[in-house]
Amino acid sequence: MKMADVTGGTTTSAFHGLAVEGLHVALGRDNAPIVRGISFSVNSGEILGLVGESGSGKTTLAMALLGYARSGARIVGGSVKVRGEELLGLSWNDQRRLRGDVIAYVPQDPATALNPALRIGDQLSEVLAVHEPETGRSQRVARTRSLLGDVGLPSDASFLRRFPHQTSGGQQQRIVLAMAMLTRPAALILDEPTTGLDVTTQAGVLRTIRTLCKSYQVAAVYITHDLAVVAELAERVLVLYAGRMTELAATREIFEQPAHPYTARLTAAIPDLFQPRLLSAIPGSPPALGHHQPGCVFAPRCQMRVTTCEEEDPIFEAVAAGHYSRCHRSTEVRPELGEMLVQAPPNPAATQALSVRDLTVSYGQVRVLDGVCLDVRSGECVALVGESGSGKTTLANAIVGLVRPDDGHVALDGRAVSPRARERTAAQRRALQYVFQNPYASLNPRHTVARIVASPLYIFQRLSRRDVDRQVAAALERVTLPRGVAEKYPDQLSGGERQRVAIARALVCDPQVLICDEVTSALDVSVQAAIVNELLALQRESAFALLFITHNLALVRSTAQRIAVMRAGQIVDDGRTDDVLTASGVSRYTKQLREDTPSLSKSRAQRGSLREHTTAAAPRYSSGSTRDLSHG
Amino acid sequence: MADESGLSTAIVADHGARMREGRPGVGPMWIVKRLGFGLVILWFVATLVFIATQLLPGDAARAVVGRGSPTELAAIRRELGLDHSLIEQYGHWLRNLVEGNLGVSLATRDPVGTIIGPALRNSLILLGLAAGIALPLGVVLGFRAAARHNKILDHSLMGISLVFTALPEFVVGLALVMVFSTNVFALLPAVTNPTGDPLAQPAQLVLPVSTLVLASMPYIFRLARASMIEVLASDYIAMARLKGLGERRVMWHHAARNALVPPIQASAIILVYLLSGVVVVEYVFSYPGLGSALLTSVSARDVPTIQAIVIVFAAGIVLFNLAADALTILVTPRLRTAQA
Amino acid sequence: MTTVNWDNELLGGQVVERGESLGRRLVRSPRMIVGLTVTGFVVLLAFAGPLVAPHNPNALLGRPYQPPGQFALGTDYLGRDVLSRVLNGGRTVVWMATAAATLGMVSGVGVGLMAGYLRSRLDTWLMRAMEVLQAFPIIILVLLVISMVGTRPWLVVVVVAIGWTPQVARVTRGITLEVVERDFVRIQEVLGAPTRRILVREILPNLASPLLVEFALRVTWSVAVVAALSFIGFGIQPPTADWGLMINENRSAIAIQPWAILAPILCIGLLTVGVTLIAEALALELAGTKRRTVER
Repeated sequence: MKMADVTGGTTTSAFHGLAVEGLHVALGRDNAPIVRGISFSVNSGEILGLVGESGSGKTTLAMALLGYARSGARIVGGSVKVRGEELLGLSWNDQRRLRGDVIAYVPQDPATALNPALRIGDQLSEVLAVHEPETGRSQRVARTRSLLGDVGLPSDASFLRRFPHQTSGGQQQRIVLAMAMLTRPAALILDEPTTGLDVTTQAGVLRTIRTLCKSYQVAAVYITHDLAVVAELAERVLVLYAGRMTELAATREIFEQPAHPYTARLTAAIPDLFQPRLLSAIPGSPPALGHHQPGCVFAPRCQMRVTTCEEEDPIFEAVAAGHYSRCHRSTEVRPELGEMLVQAPPNPAATQALSVRDLTVSYGQVRVLDGVCLDVRSGECVALVGESGSGKTTLANAIVGLVRPDDGHVALDGRAVSPRARERTAAQRRALQYVFQNPYASLNPRHTVARIVASPLYIFQRLSRRDVDRQVAAALERVTLPRGVAEKYPDQLSGGERQRVAIARALVCDPQVLICDEVTSALDVSVQAAIVNELLALQRESAFALLFITHNLALVRSTAQRIAVMRAGQIVDDGRTDDVLTASGVSRYTKQLREDTPSLSKSRAQRGSLREHTTAAAPRYSSGSTRDLSHG
Repeated sequence: MADESGLSTAIVADHGARMREGRPGVGPMWIVKRLGFGLVILWFVATLVFIATQLLPGDAARAVVGRGSPTELAAIRRELGLDHSLIEQYGHWLRNLVEGNLGVSLATRDPVGTIIGPALRNSLILLGLAAGIALPLGVVLGFRAAARHNKILDHSLMGISLVFTALPEFVVGLALVMVFSTNVFALLPAVTNPTGDPLAQPAQLVLPVSTLVLASMPYIFRLARASMIEVLASDYIAMARLKGLGERRVMWHHAARNALVPPIQASAIILVYLLSGVVVVEYVFSYPGLGSALLTSVSARDVPTIQAIVIVFAAGIVLFNLAADALTILVTPRLRTAQA
Repeated sequence: MTTVNWDNELLGGQVVERGESLGRRLVRSPRMIVGLTVTGFVVLLAFAGPLVAPHNPNALLGRPYQPPGQFALGTDYLGRDVLSRVLNGGRTVVWMATAAATLGMVSGVGVGLMAGYLRSRLDTWLMRAMEVLQAFPIIILVLLVISMVGTRPWLVVVVVAIGWTPQVARVTRGITLEVVERDFVRIQEVLGAPTRRILVREILPNLASPLLVEFALRVTWSVAVVAALSFIGFGIQPPTADWGLMINENRSAIAIQPWAILAPILCIGLLTVGVTLIAEALALELAGTKRRTVER
């Protein structure tokens, strides 16, 4: 790949932001490239959104920006300059001095990033102790406390004495943010910092990030897979695929006038709270590391590919002012939003497949479920929306018979079932099936896919070997898995494939009710779209009742006919999707959820205010001084 | 569980299970409860010992007197309390135990306390020295090795430690004797002077203590190394480095605290293991400790002494476990404080 | 709620095709090869030894403590051929250690599985009982029993097995607890599969590898205990040839005829080191597999 030598401006030593050029990180002995040819720059006070799904190399890139590579990986070439100072190529000790001081990192999972054995105050002030040793102890404490206030945390002494496990997820994320800001760094790398947070907490943390970056004039890189979040936060967006930059542009432009098919498809795969669209999936999966094939990296999955794409690697070049793309057909790319969905009116003839009445569950003193009532008709998809702690998983567990309720009952097809799964009849157990959230834990790693999918058959029926094989093959086909999968083991499959196997297992016995508990939360956006579409198609085919549990309000717009919103063990709203998501007669909680859920279409409207702060400057590439070892 | 030393699987899995059980909100009440439970265990052990020794075939009275007249036998019986019912004997014995009256040796007719007392002291010296060297040294070496693992030195240390964890203690002891005492060099005494105080001639202590250290330190070393390797690969250590902290601070301020937990758990097991080691090692070196006393009393079927020694061992183990648990909780904030 | 990005790009390129089974990988491990060879050699010696011994192990053939010359390894304290005694001296140790380890595994796994899966009051009581049992070091336990009933090989095996039970139960329970919470077991409960089926088909296969490691460790430690017992005189009684016993018998002449104790020491040493190497190789492969599975 020949890097575009764009002279849109030169990097001067007075440049206070972050300038990256030709960054190349490789893995292992055979130097399989993870990311290559990464070049961009970020001004002080600007936020660049870096978007990538799994396999894109974004976490590796995040750490490489600090000159850090996890064991097994090595930074092979490139340059990272902060405030004009080059970071790579320094000795470990010199790099260490800059890390945490001039360029700081905010990790994805604050729970594991905080040392469980040390107090929070300790972990915060040690940054100052190391990087600004001239500050006295009382001054360090004072600065720590004032910054805690800035990030919206209590700043009293008792909070400082807490251990990480004594704080909530949202608090932990703010602590980690404060830890990064203490030294007033010039550059900040945020690695998916709001993944795993509730929508409302996420909204708050995002606001804090934006305010801090502006007021401290930090050049920030916000790495995420969530385009909707990026749309609300960043001035410019860089899209990463398979370790390469595929598109770079101002936020508005990248969504309204994408110049790369991947960007367009990704945008179309993201559910939007305000747009009931069919989500479009991207077929296939990202390439594995170290696979050099000729031509464009995205070609195998691209619907716009032509012969050139498979032979010649495109160059990352400008398609408009400040807008770059790596595609042979960049000028022909159009936004591809899926068709709008029209909510079908409910079928009055459909039976009440699942109904829950007055279900109450307590763990000790705590009431986890409080008089919950819910109905799902056959052929209908009902979404159960709730954040963590709302009790939605407990509800699912109670319906399925893993938890004994204190009060209330569950009825299948009008008839009440025993609270414990073991005590239910075989027919009842067969009729109610469950798919878990974690595709990596719901399949026995010691069994083949065929055995996993067949296990309900062995419990409920006595079939000959051949019949079992036939049913398994049929089930795998229904979830669009290729034939060869049956002999594989789970650890040879990707997350999306595993989830399909779990769904196949649930459907193999033809259930009447299917409960899906956050089945796409651990998957990439494009895979999520595929799974959701397949589920809905399967439902249309077999007319089972689908209870779709999720925390993602936007996802629900494209999937369910009815929504039930759950909070603190109670159903606060229950009605048709359109009504709950748009009408004003809903609870305050739901209104708050609607507001806090990031959305592309909403931020389009708001983008005017963001744009005041950005100067849509061209990214600066220095001409010359790079040790660019990236190759095509 | 990126456990590279392999042999630590048991400990790490066990530690994982204990962490999952999570005993939140620990405080003085917990110590009291634990002590109470320890006493219950001790009581169980004592009862088991009593029952076991009651099953001894043959007549205890006859064992003492040999061939004596019926009146002598009857007198001994009364003296030993054998004419009471089993329950009464048990109660009597238990009461004695609690009062500290351990009875009288059947072999020497001395109070058991006077036999065990010095033996216990001697064994404690051995154990104390051995544990005092093996535990800290093993941990520090293990941590150091973890920081530079997969270099040549590390591989050889691992190899050596594997060999020593495998070999039985008496083999190690005898090998040491052969090298330092009889066949190669003649530096150190091979056996201990049975009379008098081992401390009076410290050279006598070197080989026995070294044997015990060589038998236990490799285990701690591997465990500490594995534990530290896992901690060093964790997210919070990566974060500490990304914050720009120096390696020394990362190791000793951030990592050590967390890496110490499995070794602490293991030290209780190690001490138990050392206790059985002590029996064999004392035999190899003719060291006048509790182990030798046990062997002698088993050969002589000296029931009261056997009972007393076994109970002492059990009490020691219960104490070790308690100490290890308490230390673990001290070092693990999550177990110390109530959940927020 | 944590939404975690499961696909770690860093290790995606290192995924090993699972088609390469554990067995095949193990065969390439140097530790395994050395361990198997050494262990195999010693076991062969123990069981085939009596067939190739040049002399009757109990026959008084020479002067006491003759250095190697006429007899390949010299004579022992009574004048018996050391080589023949060594070749005859392994059987007891090996069979007793293996039996004790096997029995200990069976009982420990049984207890651990029950405690881990049932998680009811039974669990607490079981584990408390295990803690009581663990208050005895193995040797003390055996000595206690021996002092009551005298030395009987089968009894020693049973007592040692009982001694291992708590540790094995703890490990089994720990892993079981972890596995039981995983979703693929819960789904079986949802489906209403009978408990026995879940234990055997879902949980046990996941225990296989760690338990294999545990078994190897038990064998090593059983060898150590059984040999130590003979050494201190409470195991096999003279005049039977036995490695542990030989070491004790010939201790006093360690300076003049070291071979009388060196030979059995080498045998015991090689056996324990060999089995430990096997355990190590197994454990390393196990850890490697786990890492690959989890961090994909």
